[in-house]
Amino acid sequence: MGYANRILRVNLTTGTCQAEPLNEKWAQLYLGSRGLASRYLVAEVDPKVDPLSPENKLIFATGPLTGTIASTGGRYTVVTKGPLTGAIACSNSGGFFGAELKFAGWDMIIFEGRAEKPVYLYVEDDQAELRDASELWGKSVWETEEWIKAKHQDPLIRVSSIGRAGENQVLFSCIVNDLHRAAGRSGVGAVMGSKHLKAVAVRGTKGVKVKDLKRFLEATNAAKQVLAINPVTSQGLPKYGTQVLMNVINEVGALPTRNMREVQFEGADAISGEAMHRPRPSDGKPQLVTNAACFGCTIACGRISKIDKNHFTVKNSPKYWGASGGLEYEAAWALGADTGVDDLEALQYANLLCNEQGMDPISFGSTVAAVMELYERGVLTAEQIGFPAPFGSAEALTKLAELTANGEGFGRDVGLGSKRLCEKYGHPELSMTVKGQEFPAYDPRGIQGMGLAYATSNRGACHLRGYTVASEILGIPEKTDPLTTEGKPELVKAFQDATGAFDSAGICVFTSFAWTVADIAPQLNAAIPGEWTPERLLEVGERVWNLERWFNTRAGFSAKDDTLPKRLLEEPASTGPAKGMVNRLGEMLPKYYEVRGWTADGVPKPETLARLGVDV
Amino acid sequence: MWKVLAIDPVKCTGCLQCEMACSIENYGVIATSKSRIKVFNFEHEGRKVPYTCTQCAEAWCLHACPVDAIRLDQGTGAKVVDEGTCVGCKVCTIACPFGTINYVQETGKVQKCDLCGGDPACAAACPTGAITYVEADWAGLNKMQQWAAKTAAAVLA
Repeated sequence: MGYANRILRVNLTTGTCQAEPLNEKWAQLYLGSRGLASRYLVAEVDPKVDPLSPENKLIFATGPLTGTIASTGGRYTVVTKGPLTGAIACSNSGGFFGAELKFAGWDMIIFEGRAEKPVYLYVEDDQAELRDASELWGKSVWETEEWIKAKHQDPLIRVSSIGRAGENQVLFSCIVNDLHRAAGRSGVGAVMGSKHLKAVAVRGTKGVKVKDLKRFLEATNAAKQVLAINPVTSQGLPKYGTQVLMNVINEVGALPTRNMREVQFEGADAISGEAMHRPRPSDGKPQLVTNAACFGCTIACGRISKIDKNHFTVKNSPKYWGASGGLEYEAAWALGADTGVDDLEALQYANLLCNEQGMDPISFGSTVAAVMELYERGVLTAEQIGFPAPFGSAEALTKLAELTANGEGFGRDVGLGSKRLCEKYGHPELSMTVKGQEFPAYDPRGIQGMGLAYATSNRGACHLRGYTVASEILGIPEKTDPLTTEGKPELVKAFQDATGAFDSAGICVFTSFAWTVADIAPQLNAAIPGEWTPERLLEVGERVWNLERWFNTRAGFSAKDDTLPKRLLEEPASTGPAKGMVNRLGEMLPKYYEVRGWTADGVPKPETLARLGVDV
Repeated sequence: MWKVLAIDPVKCTGCLQCEMACSIENYGVIATSKSRIKVFNFEHEGRKVPYTCTQCAEAWCLHACPVDAIRLDQGTGAKVVDEGTCVGCKVCTIACPFGTINYVQETGKVQKCDLCGGDPACAAACPTGAITYVEADWAGLNKMQQWAAKTAAAVLA
């Protein structure tokens, strides 16, 4: 009920697929998706393992609400040890693949070992088998999806795959499903590539049953109503997508610009959600074609765009002319503001390449930003890169996207990510990363709480682990001052714990613009065994957070890694409301450890783990 | 008075709430594969189009059925499959020009939209108004009203 109560274990070394019952005790403790998959990972993978070795495992996990009629109930999570960070990686994706996996009767797939030759997993309800993917190796995500559907003569198959970036072990490569939805961060695609697993193709016809269907429909309808009347989820996100934020964040002086040297971008409006609606001079059409929903989503923030055929990047490449996944805020920021490029069409081209070959546009854009700063300082030359790469160069950005996706030339260095690249060229301080993962689009000098959220995120710098932007900028659930540190440790913890619950339920964290855990509890109560209260859900989130932290601690991370690049701690913002400010992480971190029940060194105390029932 | 499902693809986001509602209504399970309404995704045009039976007045399926298993629901105008009579011969699936009546292996019968007896679950579930249930004779009323508004704006400007 809610769950399929079954997991699929795929040993790539021996080529076997086996069904196992779901650990229901763990499901009551960790719910599903992010939480439950992390519990399996912690049980089965040595935290010290080389992420790209056969000893690492790769878990695709749905949540209890995945594949149900609950709004946004289409999410799945990929959990593994991440090659970009060396920490636990947990990347969440929407689209339709997750629901299809549940429909086929599986809560989770655990991949272990490494196939000798490229393979893909084909799942049709109860049947699961590994198939030869020799013909697919070297193909893009888009070609792979088309090939598999044609091969099986089934257009309704859902595919999750890696492109050339994952094959080439680009350390920020992602796993892409439904052409342009991605388990995007921390390099989960490289782990898949290291296992010679090209794709997972699923067709599910069994469907999902819930505990009490009538009550479930009442609960999900009530929750949908909350989304339907909230201005963010009913107007802002459908109309502008997450790109609704570009101008807002620029105005509050928290839009990291040119490798985070600045906090406001003069070209912000040109790359904003509003700009995507404006007719282009060249063809009179806006870049945005329509919005689109993932499975079951009643918000529909997704962007479907058409690039300008006349743009220099695509004028000879008709394959990019059709409608496809458009710019989200993080992508537009990383590819745009952070590189100083204000050419919306160039950003969309780089975005298309990221989707086509499976790269995280945040880490890619941010790494390009570091390259540009190294270039401007004369550390890197045009000869080394192959062309000039100053800030603002759309040519350099798009050329680097091609090279990185294909593992050619200087693209191989970019594929290392910002931290390793900056170390290689002798300037580690220019890498805008935490635990090796590149920053997203909120400057912590202008949003103090986000500094703490980044520094303590279990998967490295990330906005989706504790989005205090909601409170500090948007006033959700209540407004706090973005420029103060007071109360932020508690705020960050509250957001991190709630997010853990949202992620583990199988729904989209964007619902949290309107929902709290109190909106999720009735939906779970009608769907799965157990009594779920808001308090219990927050406890699940806290438990997941501590479990992840436990893994990272054993992987070798400690308090010294809970930090920010010097630039954010020492170079004050030069403009905007935060002018003159740095991030005051030091004022927040000790208190954070205290409210977490961790030692002053950031290690979860035994009594904290015991209180939460983290049974490791 | 009969009503029909009016579909406005421009409003469709492709969320599949309609497909889930349909499978729940007819099979008590959430399974888009069992839905009688299908949303087609024309990826490269950026269009999503829900499609299902339009309940033809002179229904090909009804006329083709050799055992008279497809009957008119006088209350709603829906052409309804009587599962007790259907022998699963699939002649109706050949006769239907639109492909909206289909065979179901699990039951050995055909299935098609029956308008849920006059309260279509798909229309109720659609979050954007892409699927509505409107008077059969005035399915175009909304569009007429929109154009009337445009015309008025042009004339009065």
